[in-house]
Amino acid sequence: MIKLIADTLLTQVRTLWLVFIKLFKKKDTVEYPDKQPYMFPRWRGRIILSRDPDGEERCVACNLCAVACPVDCIALQKGEMEDGRWYPEFFRINFSRCIMCGFCEEACPTNAIQLTPDFEMAEYKRQDMVWEKEDLLINGTGKYHDYNFYRVAGKQIKGKDKGEALNESAPIDVRSLMP
Amino acid sequence: MAKVVIDGVEYEVNPDNNLLQEALSKGLDLPYFCWHPCMGSVGACRQCAVKQYRDSEDTKGSIVMACMTPATDGTMISIDDEQAKDMRERVIESLMISHPHDCPVCEEGGECHLQDMTLMSGHNYRRYDKKKVTHRNQYLGPFINHEMNRCITCYRCVRFYDDYAGGTDLAAQASHHHTYFGRYEEGVLESEFSGNLVEVCPTGVFTDKAFSEHYSRKWDLQTAPSICAGCGTGCNITPGERYGTLRRVVNRYNAEVNGYFICDRGRFGFDYVNSAERIRSPEDIDITQELEKFRDGDAIGIGSPRASMESNFALREFVGESNFYSGLSDIDNEAIQLSLSLGQDSSFRSPSIKEIEAADAVIIIGEDVTNTSPRLALALRQSVRNHATELAKQAQIPAWQDAAVRELAQHERSPLILLTPYATRLDDVASDILVAPPSELVEAAGVIASAISENAPKTDGKRDSATQIADVLLNAKRPLVVAGASAGKIEYIQTAANIARALSEKRNETVDLCLTTPEVNSLGMAMLTNKENSLGIALNQIIQGDARNVIVLENDLYRRAPHSEVAKALEKAESLMVIDQLPTKTTEQASLLLPATAFSEHEATYVNYEGRAQVSFQVHQNKIGALPAWRWLSENPKESISSLSERLQQSSEAFKGIAELRPEISGTVSGMQVPRQSHRYSGRTAMRANVNVHEPKQPVDSESVLSFSMEGIPAAKDATILGAPWSPSWNSNQSITKFQEEVSGDLKQGNTGKALLNRDKSGSYLEIKADTSSSNEGLELALAHQIFGSGELSAKSAAIQKRMVDPYIGLSKEDADSLGLKQGDSVSLDGNGNIAAVVIRNKIKAGTAALYCGENEIDYHALGSSVVLTKAENTFNRGIENLIVSDLYEEGY
Repeated sequence: MIKLIADTLLTQVRTLWLVFIKLFKKKDTVEYPDKQPYMFPRWRGRIILSRDPDGEERCVACNLCAVACPVDCIALQKGEMEDGRWYPEFFRINFSRCIMCGFCEEACPTNAIQLTPDFEMAEYKRQDMVWEKEDLLINGTGKYHDYNFYRVAGKQIKGKDKGEALNESAPIDVRSLMP
Repeated sequence: MAKVVIDGVEYEVNPDNNLLQEALSKGLDLPYFCWHPCMGSVGACRQCAVKQYRDSEDTKGSIVMACMTPATDGTMISIDDEQAKDMRERVIESLMISHPHDCPVCEEGGECHLQDMTLMSGHNYRRYDKKKVTHRNQYLGPFINHEMNRCITCYRCVRFYDDYAGGTDLAAQASHHHTYFGRYEEGVLESEFSGNLVEVCPTGVFTDKAFSEHYSRKWDLQTAPSICAGCGTGCNITPGERYGTLRRVVNRYNAEVNGYFICDRGRFGFDYVNSAERIRSPEDIDITQELEKFRDGDAIGIGSPRASMESNFALREFVGESNFYSGLSDIDNEAIQLSLSLGQDSSFRSPSIKEIEAADAVIIIGEDVTNTSPRLALALRQSVRNHATELAKQAQIPAWQDAAVRELAQHERSPLILLTPYATRLDDVASDILVAPPSELVEAAGVIASAISENAPKTDGKRDSATQIADVLLNAKRPLVVAGASAGKIEYIQTAANIARALSEKRNETVDLCLTTPEVNSLGMAMLTNKENSLGIALNQIIQGDARNVIVLENDLYRRAPHSEVAKALEKAESLMVIDQLPTKTTEQASLLLPATAFSEHEATYVNYEGRAQVSFQVHQNKIGALPAWRWLSENPKESISSLSERLQQSSEAFKGIAELRPEISGTVSGMQVPRQSHRYSGRTAMRANVNVHEPKQPVDSESVLSFSMEGIPAAKDATILGAPWSPSWNSNQSITKFQEEVSGDLKQGNTGKALLNRDKSGSYLEIKADTSSSNEGLELALAHQIFGSGELSAKSAAIQKRMVDPYIGLSKEDADSLGLKQGDSVSLDGNGNIAAVVIRNKIKAGTAALYCGENEIDYHALGSSVVLTKAENTFNRGIENLIVSDLYEEGY
């Protein structure tokens, strides 16, 4: 009986003591949002559309992100510039459905769509979580700095003639008899 | 039947086929490029390598091409053999050496045979580190995009375009890795079947330009099995919709009707569905009350050959059978009614396209099939090859050995006899062409009929070749007589019937008589109409005041009767209700204008030229308040299409079985619907999110076996109907083999339609009235058509409009000279304000004037059988630059 009382009292006192000395320890709590945590570059957060090193839109509206998306929260429409480039006429992500799986980024053949370490996406209204191309497109290359799809692709665009892409020889002259 | 062993499993196969075809028929996966079920084998791509063993003792075996090896009894092959697999992987690696890094910006991506085959063969890394060969592209017209870099030189395009479809302006150029497929110079691809290059090309060299303008991947398109509304052939198509607009039309396989190909009018003439000019639902009026006015019992209804069976029937129910009038011009009505009665004649048979291809002697009377029923012209072109197949058989060359058969036959063809007022696109395969004014053609056809049988009506005149032609037709295995209503001359059909009857009499069997119909449901509407209820009588009744209330169903009457008469009648009518899709001259005068759904927006039944009833399913929903015409007309707001077609079926013995064409939901697996959307339909939670983030419920289709969603039993699994074919590892349209009983056989789903015409009546020879109306003054008129422009609705499509021409009048050089006219001048017809451009043609007889009416700019029905031309001020809209005829007269030639 006495042992029980002693044990109970002692453990309570010990607890108080332990709490007390924590007052002098370094704090674990981060003063968010005044203090921003370090986010790893490959963190899968808010989705952006990037531009290629020449400053042109990277997205070619191939629809692969949309089809890879397990929650079907990406919708877009292909358009074609006068210079021959494909681009999305509209590009919409419904972030209220997005599960940040990153499949869209994996599927993207042009490195256009990228997930960023930004996680501050809460809104008071769900409607505000629908982002259009104007909201998504950034003025930079994102994580991948050098890739420019049209320098590799065979499709001719203004400023890059046939045969000028990576690993291409000049166009064949069909009328020529040379081997 | 022969037995072959493939990878240790024994299969029963048809020894007339090759191993590739049989392997695909058995559902095995074997990669290929150059082989096509319609074009046979040439062994060009080396992709279908398999290992063949001499017998079960042979362990070494040797590599052969499956497409070049006959499936003879006892053949033993292995698809899975390591060496064969390795060879296929190496072959595709070399085919891919210069293939560009284009898939994301290629319209073929996602339904690309090359993508599928690359994956299937296992090639995934380009080891070759030298430079890629590149090519310049060509402008090929408003339909087709050219991206030559993507070519893998399988030669399918030229084999289809030149060998199969008879085109002359696409060819393989240069050699080795310089090989180029294109025109001799940039320009519009001339063939009426150029759109099929998109489907024939296994990669993205030829892609659909109109589709690219509002592109969507295959998996994102909402599709349903549909019927082309472009002409009376009733080709099966698959339209695809995305974000509320119709995006493209592709061929849908039907073994008996269109097989693997459709024409360019069908493929590119759908865009009017998306038109901003579509008629919208009237606001601020009570439609039910307005409709009540027409229910007083004496309203007359004018039907439509481009409206469905259901809509025409609903109108007939609404106004009563005696008040339901034909929506065809009087001359067309007579012609179609005659076609209908000939369709019930036990001496004849209406051949399907497959049967037309089997004909080995053809006579075409007056009809320019290429411009009125283009898909039939493609079939007729195949029929002349039957002689080659026969020769090959004698030489023991299998029919699928395409190059060998062509080499053997050279220019030997089955006979095709053309009686035509002007040059047609079938002239190059014709064995005998008579170009003459229409009256002379009728006479010539009469002489041929008399030459076949002495019982045929006697015709004056004599023709040397008549007995020869008669012999050809009598000695053929399967002769075919072709005529049609589009030519606007009933005598063509009458003489065609006489020739067919004479043949039937002499041969003592039923004879193929193919009578084309101009519009999608011409024959169906004729079946619903009393013979006497012609449009002329209806207009007369209105003008005389006997009919006050008039309902016009999906029809522009100005295309059907003299403009002055129609204007007078419509003005006289007290109230005029018009139900239509797009504004016309008729809708301008309507007191009540109601919007009708387009072909892709409703479920409907159409009857094609051979009397085959086929169901076209709804692809997408209409967002502008349009309803199917039958729904506007039905008293019961809960009326369903199945109850309506049930009543249609009961209304007459002729429509027996029409209601059973629709598969019932109870017949599907676990009573599940078939999804219109693919299993990877994307963007469902984002496409409408800009309007409202809360997704609406998927629309429910309570009427058909299809659902407006991804859920349900997919076509790959015992679905009763097939929209867009897809099968695991077969994303392209080549996946169709997975749905066929055997390659080029029937679909496992069935659904080929139902023949409505019972052939139980006996007929007799038709007396051809001598044409007394023709005066000697002026030139004899022959109606001409254009594949791009003559179809009323397709002519409203953007892509088609880029290929259209102004109304023209085709003249011989002599007539033009005597009238002082030059190429491209404008002339006035009979001096009453109808202006047409002059087209001087080499292959037209003096005295004939071939008139193309354009988009009804010419008041054709007000003209007589001959026309007087006077020079007029030049007025051009589109001009005649786009005109493609083979015999255009050019100065200096």
